[in-house]
Amino acid sequence: MEYVIEMLNIRKEFPGIVANDNVTLQVKKGEIHALLGENGAGKSTLMSVLFGMYQPEAGVIKVDGEEVKMTNPNVANALGIGMVHQHFKLVDVFTVTENIILGMEPTKGIYLDTKQAAKRIKALSDQYGLSVDPDALIKDISVGMQQRVEILKMLYRNADILIFDEPTAVLTPQEIDELMNIMQRLKAEGKSIVLITHKLKEIKAVADRCTVLRKGKYIDTVDVGKTPEEEMARLMVGREVNFKVYKDESKAQDVVLKISNLNVLDNRKLSAVKNLNLEVKAGEIFSIAGIDGNGQKELVEAITGLRPVTSGKIEINGHDITQLSVRKKTESGIGHIPEDRHKHGLVLDYTLGENMILQSYYQSPFSNKGLLNKEAMNAYTERLIQEFDVRSGQGAITSVRSMSGGNQQKSIIAREVDRSPSLLIASQPTRGLDVGAIEYIHKRLIEERDKGKAVLLVSFELDEILNVSDRVGVIYEGSIIDVDRTSNTDENKLGLLMAGSVKGEVRHG
Amino acid sequence: MAKLKSPIAKNSRQDKLIPFLSVILGFAVGALIMLVSGFNSFAAYTRLLEGAGLFGNVRRLGGTLLNMTPLILTGLSVAFGMRTGLFNIGASGQMLMGGFGAVAVGILFELPKVIHLPLAVVTALILGALWGMVPGILKSKFNVHEVVVTIMMNWIAVWTVYYFVPLYIRGAFDTESATIRSTASLRTEWLSDLFNGSPVNLGLFIAIAAAIAVWWILEKTTFGYELKAVGLNKDAAKYAGIHVDRNIIFSMMISGALAGLAGATFYLGFTNNIKIGELPMLGFDGIAVALLGMNTPLGVVLSAFLFGFMNAGKGFMQAATGVPNELVQVIMAVIIFFSAATMLIRRWMNHLSKRKEKTQKNLEKGGAQ
Repeated sequence: MEYVIEMLNIRKEFPGIVANDNVTLQVKKGEIHALLGENGAGKSTLMSVLFGMYQPEAGVIKVDGEEVKMTNPNVANALGIGMVHQHFKLVDVFTVTENIILGMEPTKGIYLDTKQAAKRIKALSDQYGLSVDPDALIKDISVGMQQRVEILKMLYRNADILIFDEPTAVLTPQEIDELMNIMQRLKAEGKSIVLITHKLKEIKAVADRCTVLRKGKYIDTVDVGKTPEEEMARLMVGREVNFKVYKDESKAQDVVLKISNLNVLDNRKLSAVKNLNLEVKAGEIFSIAGIDGNGQKELVEAITGLRPVTSGKIEINGHDITQLSVRKKTESGIGHIPEDRHKHGLVLDYTLGENMILQSYYQSPFSNKGLLNKEAMNAYTERLIQEFDVRSGQGAITSVRSMSGGNQQKSIIAREVDRSPSLLIASQPTRGLDVGAIEYIHKRLIEERDKGKAVLLVSFELDEILNVSDRVGVIYEGSIIDVDRTSNTDENKLGLLMAGSVKGEVRHG
Repeated sequence: MAKLKSPIAKNSRQDKLIPFLSVILGFAVGALIMLVSGFNSFAAYTRLLEGAGLFGNVRRLGGTLLNMTPLILTGLSVAFGMRTGLFNIGASGQMLMGGFGAVAVGILFELPKVIHLPLAVVTALILGALWGMVPGILKSKFNVHEVVVTIMMNWIAVWTVYYFVPLYIRGAFDTESATIRSTASLRTEWLSDLFNGSPVNLGLFIAIAAAIAVWWILEKTTFGYELKAVGLNKDAAKYAGIHVDRNIIFSMMISGALAGLAGATFYLGFTNNIKIGELPMLGFDGIAVALLGMNTPLGVVLSAFLFGFMNAGKGFMQAATGVPNELVQVIMAVIIFFSAATMLIRRWMNHLSKRKEKTQKNLEKGGAQ
């Protein structure tokens, strides 16, 4: 059996954590090999070891059967290994060609010879069906196209082994389909691919074999064709996973959040939320479904006080809070799991403890006469760590930056839920998370509902909305155009409403 | 020390070593230069330390303390800004305005020392804070970058002093003010006696107290928690309900007040008057002090001490060994270079520690055989 890459018994430690513990990955020539694991399972570390960004404490790396020492990324590149990063490394104001040749510019005398390069890029693009225009500026092309430029960059450098790091996180469903086709095409042309992901659907769609990691340990390598999704999920999480969320019928009570005729502007001072009306009741999960950019972000920011309201009224439990400050709104009983956890939700260079008291640092017991009580802060944090199963290397004094995305999100949820707000707003709470964490977060949201809290869930994932919520409102161009019980609707109906192709109606009940 | 962590520090234990390594490298490069140009570097360094009073000459030690006093304060000023997300390069102007106010009070009023001196010092603090407040307001209300405004404020300070000194507090010449009354001076007999007539003064205690106060604000108070949150992530601070705009203004005011105090210690404790048309470079040196001190109060005091003793001892070194005192500037520049190039040093340290591990493993293997 011929393997293009073999990583045998790799061990990599960081202070307080074993990121890779005796991990083995063997990739055959011409296959698409998925690397599956939850956030923090050690996928990225393993790939960084392969690229020579980290030196392993133990283990052997072989390329084409020969043992190699990966001392830095250039060694990996020279051996024909290329990586398509999750966050693209492209210069916005350069053309596709200029980006691809960056670092190895072909010259004619003292002049750049971009023409020759552009020709070769065009040829490569045609060969693999990428349809990339070599002369387009990066800032003018779509995210999906930018990703193909990253792929071309690797092909241009004669990479035979391509590593895709969570490539679909930034793509639309259509772009994902296209990427899957491209990967098949690359495979057909003899390239080997490692696909890092935690999305089982994608693995099922393209991968041949799949290696599963869990908590830094090697679990198994399975044949994708012969292994059902449920089995892979079980291997990844270490227990049975419920794709279907179990919940009782909601016992909705009084209206907690009432929004009437709300108008909000976006950053360009254009109308983003238009005459929006909305009611969320205690004991229910109300979802807002819609395509990104239809005013969801502005709506949430207006409710939480991060964005001024042009006109209209927002009430919580009958009190008008429209013009209150962020702090006053928080105090009036709003919890907010923000869409962008790095931008709004966390101070990454603060410790976990300091982040846990982000909205309550000025209150007892965390402060007394303007002095911070770090003992109280750390004790409180340790309790939340236990209760919400937040995993961090050093407990309350861990720097949040060093934690995995899933655990960062869990820590925000712990903080917001524990303040016990009467309205919990969750904006894309599971974006970029793995099944285990998603399942956990859904369970927590339903628990809050069952405690009689009102939950407002904003999501782009229809699966999530249909699974979790009791009622769903469709937002289109800044207005709620349809409200219905989740049990009365389905993916199809919602999809058409979200696209604005059918008229909706607001049903109460 | 564990609590004084820098916001930049990721691998904090290793990063704390970097300033010390930079200093060693700086002196090594200095030694190399002397070796190449035919000087005895050992003798020169010995004289440098001797000149700084580190071998027991109290008068010279007083010179070191005198030199480090304003540097602690300008270093704290810059460090405080950095910790709260602001780059205050206007410490010079804030220091000059503070010094101007202090000198004016020292000349124009006739009061008993217990009132006169504190009044002059507080005036310096307030004027420095006001000078810092302007960029703070402009940043928070109109999003004008503080680097631009603070550097402009430096020149406004220079010309303000240029205009007012000859007009109201003129001394023997148009180019400088009169001398402050002794009741406003930071010098005291007991301190001068203790250091054998050195002009070291009470400013040193102001500086140390300021360092403790800054540490206390940043690490112990909710106010410091807010300021740092704003500095590290403005959006998250807003989300937490913290008044971002107000905190930017406060933190520029505190930064300015610290620089203003530097002005008080310099003009009330050392020069005793103020000259026109001169921007004190100590404000810019504060950037280097803060950088080397990793923006922590203790680090600032230590690096101010380093710069202070090198400045104090360089004259003696030149006189005794003929090594030009500009060498000290070279060494300082190298130190700053290495402490700014932290990535470089980090890589070296990783390399070294790995080599050490390897040899250790080899040794263990050898032992087992």
